[in-house]
Amino acid sequence: MFSAQLFLSQLFNGLALGLLLALMSMGLTIVYGTLGVVNFAHGALFVVGGYVGYSVYALGGSFVAAMLAGAIGTFVIGLALERILIRFFYNRPAEDQILVTFGVGIVLIETIRSLYGGISKTISLPSWGQGVTNLGFMLYPTYRIELLAISILILGLVWILLYRTKLGLIVQAGVENMMMVNVLGINVRRVFLFVFGSGAAAAGLAGVLASPILSLAPDMASHILVLSFVVVVIGGIGSFGGAVLGGVAAGEILSLTSMVNPAYTDAMLFAAMALVLIFRPQGLLGTEGRN
Amino acid sequence: MTAGGAIRRWWPELVLFAVLVPAPYLGGFVGIGPDLLGRILIWGLFGLGFSLLFGYAGLLSFGQSAFFGTGGFVCAYLLAEGHVQNTLIALLVGTVAAAAAGLVIGFLTLRRTGIYFAMGTLAFAEMFYFLENSPLKHWTRGENGISGIPSAQISFGMMSFEVASGWQMYAFIAALFYIGFIVARLIAGSPFGAVLTAIRGNPQRASAVGHAIGRYKLAIFVVAAAYGGLAGGLLGIFQSYMPPDAFKLETSAQLVMQTVIGGAGNLLGPLVGAAVWLCLYEILQHTFAVGPYWKLILGIVFVLLVALLRRGLCGVVEDVFVKLADRYKGKRIGETSVGKLGIFAAARSSTGSPVLQARALSKAYAGFQAVAEVDFSLQEGEIHGIIGPNGAGKSTFFKMLAGEINPSSGQILLRGDDITALGATEICQLGMSKGYQINQLFESLSVRESLRIPALARARGKFRFDIFRAAHRIDDVERQVEAALTLVQLHDRQDVLVHELSYGEKRRLEIGLVLATGANILLLDEPLAGMSPEERAHVIKLLRSLRTGRSIVIVEHDMDAMFGLADRITVLCEGRLLDEGSPAHIQKSQAVQEAYLGGAKEHELA
Repeated sequence: MFSAQLFLSQLFNGLALGLLLALMSMGLTIVYGTLGVVNFAHGALFVVGGYVGYSVYALGGSFVAAMLAGAIGTFVIGLALERILIRFFYNRPAEDQILVTFGVGIVLIETIRSLYGGISKTISLPSWGQGVTNLGFMLYPTYRIELLAISILILGLVWILLYRTKLGLIVQAGVENMMMVNVLGINVRRVFLFVFGSGAAAAGLAGVLASPILSLAPDMASHILVLSFVVVVIGGIGSFGGAVLGGVAAGEILSLTSMVNPAYTDAMLFAAMALVLIFRPQGLLGTEGRN
Repeated sequence: MTAGGAIRRWWPELVLFAVLVPAPYLGGFVGIGPDLLGRILIWGLFGLGFSLLFGYAGLLSFGQSAFFGTGGFVCAYLLAEGHVQNTLIALLVGTVAAAAAGLVIGFLTLRRTGIYFAMGTLAFAEMFYFLENSPLKHWTRGENGISGIPSAQISFGMMSFEVASGWQMYAFIAALFYIGFIVARLIAGSPFGAVLTAIRGNPQRASAVGHAIGRYKLAIFVVAAAYGGLAGGLLGIFQSYMPPDAFKLETSAQLVMQTVIGGAGNLLGPLVGAAVWLCLYEILQHTFAVGPYWKLILGIVFVLLVALLRRGLCGVVEDVFVKLADRYKGKRIGETSVGKLGIFAAARSSTGSPVLQARALSKAYAGFQAVAEVDFSLQEGEIHGIIGPNGAGKSTFFKMLAGEINPSSGQILLRGDDITALGATEICQLGMSKGYQINQLFESLSVRESLRIPALARARGKFRFDIFRAAHRIDDVERQVEAALTLVQLHDRQDVLVHELSYGEKRRLEIGLVLATGANILLLDEPLAGMSPEERAHVIKLLRSLRTGRSIVIVEHDMDAMFGLADRITVLCEGRLLDEGSPAHIQKSQAVQEAYLGGAKEHELA
């Protein structure tokens, strides 16, 4: 019924989508792993990043500048949020953290809506991303291949930062025992500030990268948030590998289901999440750890 | 009950009645019509279920839209297609369908707590939205929603009448809201509701004193889903159109925000929150300058409330009233006579056979043997001490006895029955309860309310949906609470909130919780830790007095107290059984002295 060619191309499609999903969810999972806070404003930061990128792109026509602006803009917003609000919630119940970040998300989205209006914006592909490339077994949009490469590059950089640098070591130690790290003379507060900002920046960058494919609208924030949740629930929240595995799994499920019946893609994704919740509630690569 | 007592007990019902009845007349003066009032009541009804779920049981769900939509679409479909004429029947079917959806989603999402629960409910609600939009399009008409819902037709047997839109519709919704409010109040004030607040405060302890908390959570989740379904059904009838937006995350979000603004821990909160939200929306919409920013403004208000006034508007009012009441209230005088603490009747075991027995009990963590092949037996009426240097495996051993962790191998017998891996809740229901080294209390409840939680587990078993009783009016439960209060000498502190107690008082309450379960086998983990000398003397006396009808195992570092109290002592060292015998035997034991004093000997030589 399905040709091997179609299957192969959908498999590849799923991988590209999956790594983008992993990029989307990474900020969420790292902030949770380090600070113990689930950032319900994550989808909103994704949208904010996308719009900042959109403005810069419209201004100068450079997509690379747009990517940088989206990441830096959301990084700064993340820093401000952490200082003004989030840090007061580290010792409050998880429910309060969820409520406050959710409220922040609404404020961010409504600010975007009042600045840019509610109608969606289409972002044209950068000049270096137009057209298709022949992969040998199929023709594939060039931008999607580049996106795949950029996603792998960024995920790789984050992995190195987390597992091969001193800062990463401090972050990991802070997850284990924040007080002990503090006693050892390391300023954990500053590390936490940086981590929250980086999580926001990751969301913002993903927003810029995805904008030529998804087209931007304020209302997409909730869908992005839900997708990120599904990815981290499947992969195991707080785990870097979990975000990647969960992202790729989600991407393949969406892509392969759409080959059979596009109406059921999302339903299949949630069915997969339900199965994980039943048989492995901590997620594929999650540990009981927190919670 | 005196008239004053009735007013004190039923004031929320009275206040609500006094608001709902004149609302159509008063609303006219400020330009609030039946349409706005109807929507406020529908959202308020939706919020009642959420308030029970979040405010009472502490379960923050972001997926209530799934139930609002399910109830709404089932009800709308039945009415619009003409399958059902009687509106009440359609509402009932919609509510039941929503409750059934709640049972499925609750079963899946309640497997995890906190963040996972919030994320899981949100994701499943999104799934319902997609189901409505694609696979079920044939019935739900997808993005168009169901229009043409006929006006409400109510039939009771032969009687039948039509509800016109406008004030008649308001009266219909108000009546249903009032019933929903009374049911929610019954739930909140019932023993079932009391257990929910205990679960919110400290789920581990609520489960350890004998409540099957998983079933309580699922039950309240289904109740909240039913409220959502009823409200959704009403929405469709009210506007004769069922919008697909009902399934969207925005619906859940509005519900969460409204209820938190009004005050989630108070049943008037959802109505106040809905009124504030919808009225502000109307006002801001008509104020041209800020019209487009209404949601931004409400978002900022919400963030500020969460950050500064977490208990919402009703919480603030309640705090003021409590302060005023405290100022004018005299001291409470104890009125109930103190009876004897009830304990589970000990099953007759043949004399001499152990009450509690562990056979070759072991626990290994990845590469570390915490407890290795320990045999242990407790005789009826005995006080049995467990001692050992730090890291000897005492706590792990104790946790296994209490059913808190499963042993890697070995067997635990309670009066001859195997209870290995049965879990703390079941074990507590069999009459064995554990007191903790680090206090595990219900910090936000009063002392009396706290002690009621274990007493309720004893009186009602591990789960019961008994919403037609008042939690504080069950005679044998109150007698049990009084007796426990008296034993741990907290009688004059009974109305104080637990987090306001001194450390010593908290330690006594910790023992009180164990006693109120009615257990006849007590496992006490360092009951004297951190107490002042006078408090120690009191607790030691208490422990001695408790042995009638009970058997007690104590882990304790205070050797003097232990040698004075215990009939037998077991010594653990590096996870193994080192020695066992009478206090006199242990005091003389060479092996024990070496285990404890090995370091001291080297010190003497130096």
